[in-house]
Amino acid sequence: MATKEEVAEAMFNMVKEYHGKKNLKALDLTKAMIEKFGDEACDKKLCKKAIRELVDNGKCTYSYVGGSYIVLPPEE
Amino acid sequence: MAEKLRETPLLDELEKGPWPSFVTEIKKSAVKNSMANDQLGILERSYKDRIGHWKHGGLVGVMGYGGGVIGRYSDLPEEYPECAEFHTIRVNQPAGWFYTSDVLRKLCNVWEKHGSGLTNMHGSTGDIIFLGAKTEALEPVFADLIDMGFDLGGSGSDVRTPSCCCGQARCEWACYDTMGFTYNLTQHFQDELHRPAFPYKFKFKMAGCANDCVASVARSDMSIIGTWREDIKVDQGEIAEYAKTVNIADDVADRCPTGCISWDGKTFDIDNANCVKCMHCINVMPKALAPGDEKGATILLGAKAPIIGGALLASVLVPFVEMGEENYEDIYELAEEIWDVWGEHGMNRERVGEFIQRVGMGNFLEQVGLDPEPEMIMHPRTNPYIFFELDEEED
Repeated sequence: MATKEEVAEAMFNMVKEYHGKKNLKALDLTKAMIEKFGDEACDKKLCKKAIRELVDNGKCTYSYVGGSYIVLPPEE
Repeated sequence: MAEKLRETPLLDELEKGPWPSFVTEIKKSAVKNSMANDQLGILERSYKDRIGHWKHGGLVGVMGYGGGVIGRYSDLPEEYPECAEFHTIRVNQPAGWFYTSDVLRKLCNVWEKHGSGLTNMHGSTGDIIFLGAKTEALEPVFADLIDMGFDLGGSGSDVRTPSCCCGQARCEWACYDTMGFTYNLTQHFQDELHRPAFPYKFKFKMAGCANDCVASVARSDMSIIGTWREDIKVDQGEIAEYAKTVNIADDVADRCPTGCISWDGKTFDIDNANCVKCMHCINVMPKALAPGDEKGATILLGAKAPIIGGALLASVLVPFVEMGEENYEDIYELAEEIWDVWGEHGMNRERVGEFIQRVGMGNFLEQVGLDPEPEMIMHPRTNPYIFFELDEEED
């Protein structure tokens, strides 16, 4: 099983990669992580915890543009 | 403190006549709050220009939450600087909207301290709405609300703040404890409420009986409406009393949607097997009729107001479920099953009712693991074609 931190890091890299190109929803990240790590090493619950970790530590934030997306926080 | 009230000749027209006016209320706040004063100005400008001057959405919120704050910005920040940022905060209301006046005063104090002082009690989802916060005020408001025991509600693609009728607290027809269940559900789905993870919004509304005082059948993705299974209780003595003042044939029997009531002028009889528990007869003669004893709820799915597509009414998903605390977990598991299927296959900004229309009820039921029931049929089929499985044809 992957760790929460590993999944969070992979999610963060994906958000960075897509920044300014495409808004990603929590579901997009979850599907991508399950594909990346495999469904035996990563499930929806783990992805949920990883997203919470990313948002709680301020590396990512939620935005609303019609729907809710996970994005990089605005630059100060 | 506002220095000079904005001139509002067009808005002033809305104060004329015998009715309460929101303009009058905004003016009261504008006297002591410059944000409310600028809001008055921009509203007047919108009436003059015949266009809204608000932009919506963006990156505002409180740390850790993805819902509860709706970003609003003016497109005229130089002319109305005090409401250049005018965010909306949704506060999770108490189940059934019960308050003490002390709590209402404290909520208003928080809002007058940090924001425009303008509120909307309540928003269409049911929340307490604080209108008009600057970005820097969001965390302090949140902290003060938490100190009072309040929390933010939902917004965006998450579980929206669950709401319910006053239920057994004040209503004798409530077939289950709507307030107790709503509180429990809100606590259970905290993560789904505060951290948006769905294709689009998902609303729960709980109604204690088919009178549906919270209009759950039209306004929630999952509607949980109280009902019963045993026969309607009939007091023939009270029926005789009603017969002196009520035209039972016209106003009760003939208005029964399934025609299951017979009345010969002396005896009132109900064919309970055909009763759909609509509550009409009980509403007309509440002293004579009452719901049966075996109470629970019907779970319906798929309602929505028109936003992207048209309005939908909910349809039956589970005809009867017991509503004791020991049954709550079954409902949560069903909701999670639905979210899994909808999350996997739903399109962006597609409500669950629209998703069911797209994939078909049969496929949806198969995916969530429910068997088809006669109660799920909304109307007789209009498509004359019948498709047989290949092996059935061969048989």
